[in-house]
Amino acid sequence: MTDIKAIAPRLADTVKQYRADYIEARLEESQTSHITYRGKELESTGRSTSRGGNIRALVKGGWGFVSFNNLEDLPAKVELAVRQAKLAASSESQLAPVETVVGTVPSNLARNPVTVPLAEKKRLLDEYNDIIWRTPKLQTSIIGYGDSHKKVIFVNSPGSYIEQERADITLRLSAVAAEDGDIQQVGLSLGSRGDFTSIQGLHRQVEQMSKQAVELLSAPKIKGKEYTVVLDPVLAGVFVHEAFGHLSEADFVYENERLREIMVLGKEFGSKDLNIVDTATTPDLRGSYKYDDEGTPATKAYLIQEGRLVGRLHSRETAARMGEKPTGNARALNYSYPPIVRMTNTYIEPGTLSFDDIIGDIKEGVYTRNWYGGMTSMEMFTFSAGEAWMIRNGKLAEMVRPVVLTGNVFTTLKNIDAIGNDLEMNQGGGCGKGGQFPLPVSNGSPHIRIRNCLVGGS
Amino acid sequence: MERVLAQARRVAEEADVFMVSSEETPVQFEANRLKQLQTKQKTVLALRIIKEGRIGYAATTDPEDIQGLVSNAVETARFGMPSRFELPSPATYPRVEVFDPAVEQVPIEKMIELGEELIDIVRRHTPDIVCEGGVSKAVASVRIINSRGGEVNYRKSVFGIGVEGNLTRDTDMLFVGEGQSSCHPLLEPGVIAGVVLKQLELARTRASVKTGTLPVVFTPDGVASALVPSLMAAFSGKAVVEGASPIGNRLGEVAFDPGLSLRDDPTLAYRPESRPGDDEGVPSQRTLLIEKGIVAGFLYDLQTAAIAHTLSTGNGNRNRGGLPAPSPTAFVIAPGSTTFDQMISDMKEGLVIEYLMGAEQGNILGGNFSGNVLLGYKVESGKIVGRVKDTMVSGNIYQVLKKITAIGADTRWVGSSVNTPHLYCPALSVATKT
Repeated sequence: MTDIKAIAPRLADTVKQYRADYIEARLEESQTSHITYRGKELESTGRSTSRGGNIRALVKGGWGFVSFNNLEDLPAKVELAVRQAKLAASSESQLAPVETVVGTVPSNLARNPVTVPLAEKKRLLDEYNDIIWRTPKLQTSIIGYGDSHKKVIFVNSPGSYIEQERADITLRLSAVAAEDGDIQQVGLSLGSRGDFTSIQGLHRQVEQMSKQAVELLSAPKIKGKEYTVVLDPVLAGVFVHEAFGHLSEADFVYENERLREIMVLGKEFGSKDLNIVDTATTPDLRGSYKYDDEGTPATKAYLIQEGRLVGRLHSRETAARMGEKPTGNARALNYSYPPIVRMTNTYIEPGTLSFDDIIGDIKEGVYTRNWYGGMTSMEMFTFSAGEAWMIRNGKLAEMVRPVVLTGNVFTTLKNIDAIGNDLEMNQGGGCGKGGQFPLPVSNGSPHIRIRNCLVGGS
Repeated sequence: MERVLAQARRVAEEADVFMVSSEETPVQFEANRLKQLQTKQKTVLALRIIKEGRIGYAATTDPEDIQGLVSNAVETARFGMPSRFELPSPATYPRVEVFDPAVEQVPIEKMIELGEELIDIVRRHTPDIVCEGGVSKAVASVRIINSRGGEVNYRKSVFGIGVEGNLTRDTDMLFVGEGQSSCHPLLEPGVIAGVVLKQLELARTRASVKTGTLPVVFTPDGVASALVPSLMAAFSGKAVVEGASPIGNRLGEVAFDPGLSLRDDPTLAYRPESRPGDDEGVPSQRTLLIEKGIVAGFLYDLQTAAIAHTLSTGNGNRNRGGLPAPSPTAFVIAPGSTTFDQMISDMKEGLVIEYLMGAEQGNILGGNFSGNVLLGYKVESGKIVGRVKDTMVSGNIYQVLKKITAIGADTRWVGSSVNTPHLYCPALSVATKT
């Protein structure tokens, strides 16, 4: 078995020897394991190992990219990437300057989650599944656990040589309740940067989730219209990711003149109390790292400060083309893909209000919690709540069926008129873009209130 | 592969070995210009064993790492699901054409030219549109062998071409797009561009609707984005055996409009989802799912079929070399007899939905869908009058597909896995910004 550490030094020399404006290479080794349950039984379990790499070359603004599992004859692959870049060449290459780095970033884990014996993982999941199945009227359960550990070596033609390790864990549990052909489900999504203990001890949450799935069977549907909506930290985190995070990814903006006008720095997007951040520098979150997949150090980027657009997320190329500083947001799902501009850990900074302050003066509104998913087309976004309650006369009232919320980013952010003091990060998400899914990210927010939010319903 | 099988048989009662090797060449355009050429070579080798009656599974990208593969599979077999099926013995496979050597031979220069031409046509129509596009060719070889002597072996070629345009005016954004794929080279960008130009024409003016109930025509893209995710979930044999499919116990009953027929079809010649056998080596077949409104069947792999006391329908799919699970290949909805123009002229006030964003996020198992009309048009007195925005449409497929006003006479492919006509539904709940 070829060790990527053994072949990396020679590859580091090779990428310096070809004529191109820039060449980089990544070599990657990973191990994963997974366990899934559908119903009472364990449905599938497996282990896999993967090893591969890629070469990316830039010539006159055109990129060539070659990815492979077969690690033999790497110089020929470098040559192919350069040849492709030449075919795509058209203008001039622009890359924001980044210091050359030589370094090693170990994963610093007490325990690599992939090597935790399957028996131990199964014992924990069995406990959770038993809790779900103890709930009356439950039709079935779906549990998906996955973990990974990978080592990536990055080298580039200016001489960077970075070895980074990271681990990742995801756990998604769903309880499905059924009655008279009506099916309802509630899910719980969790994740961690490789710390197995973070998914232990969730017994009470799992019990709560199962009961809620059953309660939904008797919950009424909401009427579709505009409401004042209060989002819990989990759903507000999905909201900030979908509604604003994607729009601040510079690769969407940098070559589109009209969008550059709309997304001009200093533009007002929300109230003075609104601050939105993306940062990979917070330790131990799923979106965190020291260097991105172009070897750029991670930063803390304010996207919105006091309601105004103050920054965006960049790769080296988008930063250079927009005349801004690189933020270290070029990420690739794995070695089969080139890095593109991605979020890391994105959140709304906490304000001063308590939950009671936020709902206190709402006559009729909707309190939404938890998430199914979210999508954006930049201007328009939708995201779906896992659970919902009516708010009546300043108090939580009856539970209703889960709702899908939609909005227009340019008006909805301005309609946020209350921000709580209770920031929480949600680690259960995976982000998709350009066919690269699921990339580990986290989102967070305190409770927030949105006026005039469009809710779908019957 | 034979060595893997031989080693696995020493430690397990049964085994199958699955290997896919592929090479893909995507050409990518960004902001109207050629941006990146890629070559992606991939190999996955997967081993499934049955040891002491339980299923073990492991995969690797390194075909030489036989020892590691077998020992990983053995470890997982201690906990794996009890096996309830037999691997297929040598069988006769239907003749399904999925390889055209012409795909490999399309030169990169030609692919660049096709992409440029596609974007040019769209920009000649609407000069300030910003297009992303892609042209790609891929060749994959798939082989499955098992301990009962079963073997499937085939090569597949796939060619794809597509474009997405963004038109921004102030803070108003319009997204249009179209893509097609085939096992043959697709060398006529005009066909793709034509679909996009039509979208641009219809979206040229704006119109608004009021919150309430309206008749809706789903275009093929609309059907695929709003209705198909729930159908795919409901016809999965897995949902059926768990009792989680709302139609799981309604085989033979009328659950849909009598005009509606749906099948899963992996045998269509030169379609990217077609194949002679599934990823477990079961011969491909057409499976009727809805026949004139009657629930006619569900999709199974070997294990799920055994649990349901029926036979595999050849729908065992291994997502990137994972363990097989039942999944559709190509969903084909049979055409009706009404043209799109006839549907429109029948409407006094209504909506045409091209793309519903977020519809698959809700409780799809229960058949609910709710999404933002990302691309859709308003109809007034039998004419499309403009694009709608800030509009949400919600419904439940079991109500919506129970009574369909009309089914389109022509079908289209949406992506590689859905082929459908337009569907004209009498009443859907619409919510909109006031």
